Amino acid sequence: MFLEAKNIHKSFANHTALNDVSIQVPRGKVFGLLGPNGAGKTTLIRIINRITMPDQGEVIFDGAPIRPEDVARIGYLPEERGLYKKMKVGEQAIYLAQLKGLSASEARKRLKKWFEKFGIMPWWDKKLEELSKGMQQKVQFIITVLHEPPLLILDEPFSGFDPVNAELLKREILELRDKGHTIIFSTHNMASVEEICDNIALINHSKVVLQGNVEEIRSHYRSGIYEVAGVCAEALTTCADYEVVNHHRVGTVDHYQLKKADALTNAELIRLISEKMDVRLFNEKLPTMHEIFLKVVGESE
Amino acid sequence: MSKILIIIQREFLTRIQKKSFILLTILMPFIIAGVAVAPLLLASIKDDTQHTVMLVDKTLKYAPLFEDNESYHFVTAPEVLPEFREEDANVKAVILISEDLVENPNALKMYSSEEVPADLQRLTEDILSEKVRADKLASYNVEGLEEIIASAEVNISAQTVKWTDDGGETSSNSGIALGVGFLFTFMIYMFVMSYGGMVMQGVMEEKTNRIMEIIVSSVKPFQLMMGKIIGIALVGFVQIAIWGVMLTAILTAVAFLVGTPEVATPPTMMGGDAAMQTVVAEAQAGNPITEILGALPIVELLIMFVLYFIGGYLLYASFFAAVGASINAQEDSSQFMMPVILIMVFGLYAALYGAENPDGPLAFYASIFPLTSPIVMMVRIPFGVPLWQELLSLALLYASAIFIVWMSGRIYRVGILMYGKKPTVKEILKWIRYS
Repeated sequence: MFLEAKNIHKSFANHTALNDVSIQVPRGKVFGLLGPNGAGKTTLIRIINRITMPDQGEVIFDGAPIRPEDVARIGYLPEERGLYKKMKVGEQAIYLAQLKGLSASEARKRLKKWFEKFGIMPWWDKKLEELSKGMQQKVQFIITVLHEPPLLILDEPFSGFDPVNAELLKREILELRDKGHTIIFSTHNMASVEEICDNIALINHSKVVLQGNVEEIRSHYRSGIYEVAGVCAEALTTCADYEVVNHHRVGTVDHYQLKKADALTNAELIRLISEKMDVRLFNEKLPTMHEIFLKVVGESE
Repeated sequence: MSKILIIIQREFLTRIQKKSFILLTILMPFIIAGVAVAPLLLASIKDDTQHTVMLVDKTLKYAPLFEDNESYHFVTAPEVLPEFREEDANVKAVILISEDLVENPNALKMYSSEEVPADLQRLTEDILSEKVRADKLASYNVEGLEEIIASAEVNISAQTVKWTDDGGETSSNSGIALGVGFLFTFMIYMFVMSYGGMVMQGVMEEKTNRIMEIIVSSVKPFQLMMGKIIGIALVGFVQIAIWGVMLTAILTAVAFLVGTPEVATPPTMMGGDAAMQTVVAEAQAGNPITEILGALPIVELLIMFVLYFIGGYLLYASFFAAVGASINAQEDSSQFMMPVILIMVFGLYAALYGAENPDGPLAFYASIFPLTSPIVMMVRIPFGVPLWQELLSLALLYASAIFIVWMSGRIYRVGILMYGKKPTVKEILKWIRYS
């Protein structure tokens, strides 16, 4: 584990933000921190960043309790974006990189590379307020990753990005992961979770209600719904082994949605239906993270 | 490079590179010099056209006393004629003396289609009172009365002398002491107000720009706060140093160009700076200015100025930083700023009254109380303050400055990440106790 939060408690004046929260973030993976607004995600992120101190519990960073110096090895993109509006883009990027421990010359060198990559080199000497929103977002992302931290914490990174730039950002995130960076990624955009995250923790009402590998979670929440299509010799009808939920026909091909009985295995189901049709499509419909999210959060309400 | 140095560097550089800063820094000395010098220059410029003044003297006794000068040409006339009012008559004013002024001092009238020029009125009054006075004196028929009165008119001007500890005497001057004390007091007051305010602005800017969270994920909030306070203090030092050098240069240049003596003390100088007048008086009495200035505890003054300056700024600037961190909008600042401004204005008044009586109870307590001592003590020091009072006052000032820095640091740490409604004082007190 690259980062572990152990039994974190944190309460503010009149509410509990985190109640016995533990998460394990494996090295070199993208870890999704999910949960509805106000669940305590940002508080947990701030605790990992050492911006706030937990009332109880500890954070283990790279095998040892986190130390103040470790913040230089973390890159943080807060949900509320913000930079100095009146300061020149290049200048403030160098300043913030220096605060993360880079030398000014090294920061300048790396910045040039990033600015060229994102095509914003001409804006180096412009004040931030002169940039478009999308460009400001890019600058902010560059600042977050410039010191090449082993741990990146991105709080709602896609908010405010148009689809083209969101795609660009997604590629960058996956590229960083492939280079060995560990990424904690907080969001309520479930589509991006399936595409990007390897592991997730779902926080609701200050508690972790679901945690684990995305594929494992999805198969854990499988609902036994299958999509089947083929040319039928005999129409499928509800029986002891499965229930026909839906049926429609396109040309000579029949499309079915079946709900399988729990006892039956996939192999048995295929065998059963292939007796009645020439199967062209067999697809187990795994629940989307969106559905799981709604289900789990709904249950815990 | 240590992080606090990086922060100080940014706070300093971004501010001194601002166009508004450069403009203000360069223009201010010219404005100050302009305000100080312009009236003197204007006063020395004479209107070079000579105006005609009609003199109607029924007694015929006074008319010969009026002599033409650069500004006025006097023409006698037997009667106030309606033509005088006409524009092409070109009469600036009419002086009418209807009776003997010795018998009726109110028999003098001046007419003009505009305001009667003040200098003409003064000139007329001077000439006539002098004459009436002479006439009245003559009417007593006392031999040599003029001389007797002249010798009785003695102007008393005290030469103040302060006993030094080694039994010697130094000639002191309360006017100068007052001036020097006020200069230092105002500098501290202005500096604390304007640069303290700048600290608050800066903190609020970072908070409302939401950059705070990024910075405090790299440095401790306390480092950020102190970096800002120190960086802005350096901006202030640079600005004051530039102003000092430029003002000296400009005033020297002006004095050189215009030729000092006549301009610096124009005869028409009214009221004027008390200290300046005493300097002149003292100088005339044979005390060279340098001796008077030398009698002031210059070294003590400068050391104390620096100490009070730093202590006072630290105390107020960190308080301002905490205010900036607690609020979300400029409008919310007044609730917290009002008490501070009241205390500082009270300090300024205490300094004003304290100067009258530098060892009185008001001056004493206000110069010990840490919130007012940086302002009040500077007025007292030129008059001589016992060492124990200075030490007590400084100890209290620095103890409370450290306390306020500590307290503000704790408020700041919580406040900078709190958005939404304006916190109550009770909530802020709770922030201080957060671990």
